Amino acid sequence: MKYPLTEEERMIQKTARDFARKELAPLAVEANEKGFLPEAVFKGLGELGFMGITVPEEYGGVGLGNFCLIIALEEISAVCASTGVTLSVHNSLTNWCILKYGSEKLRRHFLPRLASGEMLGAYAITESEAGSDIAAMRLSAVRKGDEYILNGAKIFISTGDKAGAIIVFGRTDPNNRTKGISAFVVEPSFEGFSIGKVEKKMGLKASTTVELVFEDCRVPAENLLGTEGMGMRIALAGLDGGRIGIAAQSLGIAQAALDETVRFTRERKQFATRIIDFQSSRWKIADMATAVEAARLLTYRAAKLRDAGEPCIKEAAMAKLFASRTANRVVYDALQLHGGVGYTEEFLVERLYRDARATELYEGTSEIQRLVISKAVIEDYERMMPD
Amino acid sequence: MKIIVLLKRVPDTEAKILINQEGTGIKDDGIKYVINTYDEYAVEEGLRLRDKAGTGSTVTVVCMGPEEAAELIRTALAMGADNAVHVCDKALDRPDPFVAATVLAKAIKDQGFDIIFCGKQAIDDDMGQVHSILADMLDIPQVNVAIEFEMAADTKRSTVRRRIEGGDEKVETSLPAVISCEKGLNEPRYASLPGIMKAKKKEIRKKTLADLGFTGIPGEARSSVVRWVPLPKSSGCTQVRAEETRDAVKELVRLLREEAKII
Repeated sequence: MKYPLTEEERMIQKTARDFARKELAPLAVEANEKGFLPEAVFKGLGELGFMGITVPEEYGGVGLGNFCLIIALEEISAVCASTGVTLSVHNSLTNWCILKYGSEKLRRHFLPRLASGEMLGAYAITESEAGSDIAAMRLSAVRKGDEYILNGAKIFISTGDKAGAIIVFGRTDPNNRTKGISAFVVEPSFEGFSIGKVEKKMGLKASTTVELVFEDCRVPAENLLGTEGMGMRIALAGLDGGRIGIAAQSLGIAQAALDETVRFTRERKQFATRIIDFQSSRWKIADMATAVEAARLLTYRAAKLRDAGEPCIKEAAMAKLFASRTANRVVYDALQLHGGVGYTEEFLVERLYRDARATELYEGTSEIQRLVISKAVIEDYERMMPD
Repeated sequence: MKIIVLLKRVPDTEAKILINQEGTGIKDDGIKYVINTYDEYAVEEGLRLRDKAGTGSTVTVVCMGPEEAAELIRTALAMGADNAVHVCDKALDRPDPFVAATVLAKAIKDQGFDIIFCGKQAIDDDMGQVHSILADMLDIPQVNVAIEFEMAADTKRSTVRRRIEGGDEKVETSLPAVISCEKGLNEPRYASLPGIMKAKKKEIRKKTLADLGFTGIPGEARSSVVRWVPLPKSSGCTQVRAEETRDAVKELVRLLREEAKII
């Protein structure tokens, strides 16, 4: 895949790829079976700088941009999509949020440990009645002296049971639907915090997905991110970056599926012909490869815009929509080209197939992405067209 | 302590190598080039020694290669090496081991050295000669195929365990010396992201043959490559099967005598 990367970007890609293939690959199968990733993975990623790629050096990070992050995310996700999503949430959502909206004190308290990998990050928006409809959230955050008291529950939170810093969104003003939400950094040690249900998922099994329960949970007022009422804005801005990360994760899955397919079909023969030599196979491979490259370019573009500080709501949504759909289509064809053995756990494609499915569901369903994209596209037109 | 590490740019071991039409070399396009595998152990050992030796010690990478080698040198710097010398001259096109050693010896002498680490051989031509000729030219001892290295406290001697057929040999040597590294010596570290960023500011001193004080290609080439030929295609595998072992043996002997004509 020829794309002009700088020397530095190539070196980052190489380190991510080598680490993923040598250290992560041997652990991935067992981790997906056991349902969690060993600490050694995040310690290793932390030592190499991947847990704080976008955190400034003064807080213990490497101070690089989103583009370098997604290069690394693709390589890591190709080997283990569960590690990929954990890393994406940690960097794009938690680290980003504390950096952008946290006080200096919060930054100094959390960022160094998040950047080194000794602490993991999570991001809690979703509730049972608030998935795509974020503003329907009901977790309440009531100010009481120098604390906020949180009551409610969040579901489907990645790494929620292992994270040391959880960004929690709650309602500080019950009367203002969109501007009554605020964001807080919660530590699992806070009184009133507990882990609820642990989900058993179809895929991404090495990434834990849990319910977080808040029962009169006491959060110091200084753990408020930004100001009261900024929550919706923070959530949406965070998801822009998160979407680019998920697009990269989807890319990794898709690329891995394509690699596996070519590897397998070059060997397997039926009717004295390699599977890869049938025209029907070749056409599938052509479509798979083209879609992967298109997804990559969309993802790269969104990342570069974000690094340039330019608005990228539409571009991030396009990248996430297209890359996640591509991942799902590619794994479908990949499994088909493997034939029966692709359906067994002996081959990698089986896990890729299950892992891919989540990408169209989280960090904004494909339907939400279409909502975002169409709104932006039509607004662009409206600006140019007469009334 | 001045620690020198030699680096060579070679094709990736997984690359498919094809000989060009003229038989004068390999087809270059599309091939990924990497740091010679055995040189990675050398870089790692150099870094470990420096970290143990403390302040004042430096690891200098010395690499003779084309312009493109710069990126690989930068990777070694990202692993933690302090600076580098890149000998780059269009006249040096796959020099024979004597010429290579002559050039490297000068570059290393100019640098100053207390110990030299390198890979036991380069995985492209597998000659494994340069480091031996180099040691001789620098008039220092050499210990090859090292799988364990330990510096004495006085930094004037070192103990090296080397892997030979059928076992290991423990050798003690005075320093400076050339130590060629074998797989198993250590586990080379990855270039961390902070390391990659720091490497941007580290110095790579580029030297042409003229910079080293040579007019034209130095030394005398003692060998030259006449031609490159691809390996003969493997003719496949014939399996000899029979109900009775005796019959299989008879058939095998017949094939070896009448078809392979080797008995």
